[in-house]
Amino acid sequence: MRGRGGAGFPAGIKWRTVAEAAGPVKYIVCNADEGDSGTFADRMVMEGDPFALIEGMAIAAFAVGAQKGFIYVRSEYPDAIAKLDVAIRLAAEDIAPFRIELRVGAGAYICGEETSLLNSLEGKRGEVRAKPPLPALQGLFGKPTVVNNVLTLAAVPHILADGAEGYAALGTGRSRGTMPIQLAGNIKHGGLFETAFGLTLGEIVNDIGGGTASGRPVKAVQVGGPLGAYLPPSMFHLPFDYEAFAAADALIGHAGVVVFDDTADMLAQARFSMAFTAAESCGKCTPCRIGAVRGVELIDRIAAGGGRAAGPLERLPQMRNVNARPRSLEEEIGLLTDLCETMKFGSLCALGGFAPYPVMSALCHWPQDFGLAPAVEAAQ
Amino acid sequence: MAADPEADFGTPARHGAPVRLTIDGRAVTVPEGTSVMRAAALADAAIPKLCATDTLESFGSCRLCLVEIEGARGTPASCTTPVREGMVVATQTERLKKLRRGVMELYISDHPLDCLTCSANNDCELQDQAAAVGLRDVRYGYDGANHLDAPADVSNPYFDFDPAKCIVCSRCVRACDEVQGTFALTIDGRGFASKVSAGMPEDDFLNSECVSCGACVAACPTATLNEKAVAEIGTPQRAVVTTCAYCGVGCSFRAEMRGEEVVRMVPAKDGKANRGHSCVKGRFAYGYAHHGDRITTPMIRASTADPWRPVSWEEAFAYAASELQRIQATYGRQAVGGISSSRCTNEETFLVQKLVRAGFGNNNIDTCARVCHSPTGYGLKATFGTSAGTQDFDSVADADVILVIGANPTDGHPVFASRMKSRLRQGAKLIVIDPRRIDLVRTPHVEAAHHLPLQPGTNVALLTAMAHVIVTEGLADEAFVAARCDMDEYREWAAFVAEPRHSPEVLEAVTRVPAANVRAAARLYATGGNAAIYYGLGVTEHSQGSSTVMAIANLAMATGNIGRPGVGVNPLRGQNNVQGACDMGSFPHELSGYRHIAGAEGRRLFEGDWGVSLDPEPGLRIPNMLDAAVDGVFKGIYIQGEDILQSDPNTKHVLAGLKAMECVIVHDLFLNETANYAHVFFPGSTFLEKDGTFTNAERRIQRVRKVMSPLAGLADWEVTVGLANALGLQWSYGHPSEIMDEIARLTPTFAGVSYALLETEGSLQWPVTEAAPAGTPVMHADHFVRGKGKFVITDYVPTDEKTGPRYPLLLTTGRILSQYNVGAQTRRTRNTVWHEADVLEIHPFDAENRGLASGDWARLASRAGETSLRVLVTDRVAPGVVYTTFHHPETQANVVTTEHSDWATNCPEYKVTAVEVSPSNGPSDWQARYQAAADRARRIEPAEPAE
Ligand SMILES: Cc1cc2nc3c(=O)[nH]c(=O)nc-3n(C[C@H](O)[C@H](O)[C@H](O)COP(=O)(O)O)c2cc1C
Ligand code: SF4
Ligand code: SF4
Ligand code: SF4
Ligand code: SF4
Ligand code: FES
Repeated sequence: MRGRGGAGFPAGIKWRTVAEAAGPVKYIVCNADEGDSGTFADRMVMEGDPFALIEGMAIAAFAVGAQKGFIYVRSEYPDAIAKLDVAIRLAAEDIAPFRIELRVGAGAYICGEETSLLNSLEGKRGEVRAKPPLPALQGLFGKPTVVNNVLTLAAVPHILADGAEGYAALGTGRSRGTMPIQLAGNIKHGGLFETAFGLTLGEIVNDIGGGTASGRPVKAVQVGGPLGAYLPPSMFHLPFDYEAFAAADALIGHAGVVVFDDTADMLAQARFSMAFTAAESCGKCTPCRIGAVRGVELIDRIAAGGGRAAGPLERLPQMRNVNARPRSLEEEIGLLTDLCETMKFGSLCALGGFAPYPVMSALCHWPQDFGLAPAVEAAQ
Repeated sequence: MAADPEADFGTPARHGAPVRLTIDGRAVTVPEGTSVMRAAALADAAIPKLCATDTLESFGSCRLCLVEIEGARGTPASCTTPVREGMVVATQTERLKKLRRGVMELYISDHPLDCLTCSANNDCELQDQAAAVGLRDVRYGYDGANHLDAPADVSNPYFDFDPAKCIVCSRCVRACDEVQGTFALTIDGRGFASKVSAGMPEDDFLNSECVSCGACVAACPTATLNEKAVAEIGTPQRAVVTTCAYCGVGCSFRAEMRGEEVVRMVPAKDGKANRGHSCVKGRFAYGYAHHGDRITTPMIRASTADPWRPVSWEEAFAYAASELQRIQATYGRQAVGGISSSRCTNEETFLVQKLVRAGFGNNNIDTCARVCHSPTGYGLKATFGTSAGTQDFDSVADADVILVIGANPTDGHPVFASRMKSRLRQGAKLIVIDPRRIDLVRTPHVEAAHHLPLQPGTNVALLTAMAHVIVTEGLADEAFVAARCDMDEYREWAAFVAEPRHSPEVLEAVTRVPAANVRAAARLYATGGNAAIYYGLGVTEHSQGSSTVMAIANLAMATGNIGRPGVGVNPLRGQNNVQGACDMGSFPHELSGYRHIAGAEGRRLFEGDWGVSLDPEPGLRIPNMLDAAVDGVFKGIYIQGEDILQSDPNTKHVLAGLKAMECVIVHDLFLNETANYAHVFFPGSTFLEKDGTFTNAERRIQRVRKVMSPLAGLADWEVTVGLANALGLQWSYGHPSEIMDEIARLTPTFAGVSYALLETEGSLQWPVTEAAPAGTPVMHADHFVRGKGKFVITDYVPTDEKTGPRYPLLLTTGRILSQYNVGAQTRRTRNTVWHEADVLEIHPFDAENRGLASGDWARLASRAGETSLRVLVTDRVAPGVVYTTFHHPETQANVVTTEHSDWATNCPEYKVTAVEVSPSNGPSDWQARYQAAADRARRIEPAEPAE
């Protein structure tokens, strides 16, 4: 079972780390902050089968020796909150002495990041923590903590019921079991489709989703939320599999799939990703805090026709070291590329770290939207 | 370790098993838990950094310190990555260079560019790191969104906050949390809008919770938080390590100088008392050294009705000496005496008592420690055998239970309080015994397990009740007692405290503390692991001060909490050198090292060295000197560095004593209150103007180093030498180190101390002997200094100071953070913004009964006298109790305190006075008259007659 929250980290390893960590106090935290645009699988589970989640948490608690669990739900899910509230009370006796407490999130995307979520649960500012220390060793209130997504935990009872082999029989490569794919955007048959890993992206978009709602050709598909890469139809052969996506500089994330037709402006989409990052940044690390704002400014300049003339300050004679000549479009795009690299490798967490995926994929696959010559589609 | 004590290794040191790794091809071995950053810095491969500094835990926000590690994904931050065995790290690759430059380019795209006129120019880590990563071009330009128009906050009197220069590294926030423990700062907002904020967005630094300790200023890598003095003067050019002259914590500072001007005082990272921390006083409040009120020429006058006449040092010495000789010729050898100061150095104090004993030929020497910690000396000597605290400050990091009684560390001993709070945040439990709800009872992330708000004056009853619980519930550590203490005395004591009349239930009527709370606190103290007691003047300044000290010592011995780190009995000394002044033989009955003057052996040692014969009879204590003066038999006094008229109890009695004398010699920085009744004034020198040593509350001897010339030409020790020589003593000290050599020669506990050793060791905790050549951090480790620990029965005797219909309230006194004792120094600094006047705290219930509201003037009257001050209505004090500070002479709080004192040592009972409070229109008649008289007494003749 690999974590379904986005990173795809094997849940078993995480649980083992917590189980082996010293100390009598341990926690199970369910991440139900589901912030990715176009995703709703966590909500469907919590509203439709809250007991699967509760049972999964109780099993996790038993496995690692935790006494207490928290479900951190986003405030935009009032129905799920109501359902969980009742379900937790009904299940209390069955899961005792393990106890579950429901906490309603602060409404910030970054609070879905696990360390920021832990800070928020502790009543602190939702600021990302540096790792190490891993939450599995020093998590909530400094105690060993399992943090898992709703889908991860809700799958556990089924794995135990059907046996590991049964679950592992589904899927492909190192991506085993099923994934609830959430189809949204410009698509004929939107909704949630749970299926085993391994279908191609084309099968998902065209066979399950039935193509665009507008009837126009698909231009791009964004997989994995607002920070997922944009993929052109030329990559529809990609199998829905963590490793295959990673190799193509893309991600599966929480399995949100958003479809765009050929009217989409990919520069605008790239700008949206940077603006989203700027708006949701916790502000702790420099690449994301300043970089996302500079990214938006840079893309705006590119949209306005390319290069940049020296600013008033740069033209002052006192500014001896400044490079005061005008910058070309190519230089500006070079700077955008460098910025993406700084953010990708420099950011503390995956918000700033993944913002480059949509930007670079848009730039790479649709250079003409950035004022460059169209790319010769590289053969895959 | 590196030689430079100010070097920054990025993350704190760890102590673990050795781990070997390779950094840039070089083999490195460091303790487990060390960060890659620190390991690299130790291996001389310092990695660029901005958010990391080794006084704070790593944070990982700037992303400048990225490295490549073989086998690891991506480019981890070296500050947050611990070393692992066999790790192979590269700190400088093409990829890393590009990433770091990319990060720096972002920083500089939102930063002012006028470095040359910045107050931190050449003292800025952002500058250093921009240079280190080779940034040459900011391709984003300078027209993007920025914070350059953020307004500066200049409300704090000592430092400015200019957020336009802020890089949001959170070092300030973390310093305030981790080092100071005040939690005054936060990062407000998210993303690009994130900014440092002092509390609420509308607060400025002055109105916030900030206590101006300066930790954030020290931590800030840029000019955002910077000392105003640096902006005014420029960066320093040399640094001299010296010791704070305010409180008994004894913080070590680097006086950063330009010429003879102090640019700033920066707490020394390797200071063993303060570990790089400071409080507002030591850090910032040194401005009094150049205050216009400083007197810089000696002055004399025949009568206190005359104005002062400035004279040369020679004339002043000659006049003073002739007066003292005249008085002794007329009234006898015993008619003169001296008072040494806890503010002055060990060497100076030693000389004053030597002057009295060898020059005046009597033992009429006393010190202001009389008014604070004399019961500590008495009590701890009787029970343990040494007149000193048992631990070093580091010990608090090993304590599991901390009992604070009669002390208010966050105000009185702020740097130690920060270290204590840091341990409490790690989970140690706290018990507070104090009539007032001191800040420590509830501060961010610290909450006392028990606060026992007892009636002032009932310490002994409360401690006996705790002992009762420990003994009757079988919680005593009898194995320890059997091994280390006198068992017969213990049994007697145990039987005494076990008597039913000492149960918390019975004594509740006296202490007014619920018995259940006393029981719970006693159990926690006895069974919670390492338990340490810290106490202050709320213990000593009572009629049963010495008994309380012994009751505390009894508790510690009975529970085995003596002789190892994390436990002990620790007086929090008020003044910087109370410990030293006591050690140096400032008491009338004791030579240095606490040897009784009547003891022939000790006396003979001194007689041999000094070439005189000494009077074997103990001399007069301060109160006795004043009594004798009123009786007409004591006529002359040399007072170094103390304002007895303001700090000693019952001002009117002190005044009468002073007025009855014929030659009062005051040696001080300012014309203090006592000087109004003086005939000779010797201008004193500040700690910045002289060499010497101070001894702090942990017995730590630390160097005071001269950083500027004495304003009046002579350091205080030279003045005493001048007076001694005018009396014909022929002293020839060339440097205070020679005085220390004499002290070491004559004082067994100082036998190994020398300036040369202090130079190499930094500081030394006495005893420094052949057996302990590097000093003694924890005392009584294997056996008590006196042999067996002695249990002393401490019977609770209520003070004679009782409330009644005329004086129904109990007054207790204390001090606040920003001011210091009688305030002679702090009132002459910008610290006054925090405490313009003394106020009287009164419970809402008592205030309402008297028709008083916060801000009203009230008359505060006792049997001894009355004064007026404004009130503050607060439930920090219990009903029936009022509280004030004593920092301002206008208040004359000691006009109301009485002559009651500790039975053993005469330490005045400042902490309990029966008073009445009533509405008033303003200052009392006495205050007005006093002020007029003081103004008259301070007149100085023009040096040159007008043409
Ligand atoms: C910016 C950001 C937002 C995230 N939001 C969510 C979220 O809403 N729900 C979630 O389960 N995981 C989210 N994650 C992933 C969590 O950090 C974490 O990896 C996950 O909760 C672990 O659970 P899993 O192993 O079961 O996937 C987010 C990560 C980042 C960087
Ligand atoms: S990448 Fe952004 S969200 Fe993540 S820690 Fe850095 S500033 Fe915060
Ligand atoms: S000066 Fe001290 S108390 Fe004030 S904000 Fe800075 S660290 Fe906190
Ligand atoms: S004020 Fe200084 S220490 Fe605080 S965040 Fe800004 S730059 Fe960092
Ligand atoms: S007053 Fe005390 S705590 Fe403050 S700096 Fe000086 S020695 Fe340290
Ligand atoms: S020094 Fe490591 S991230 Fe700032």
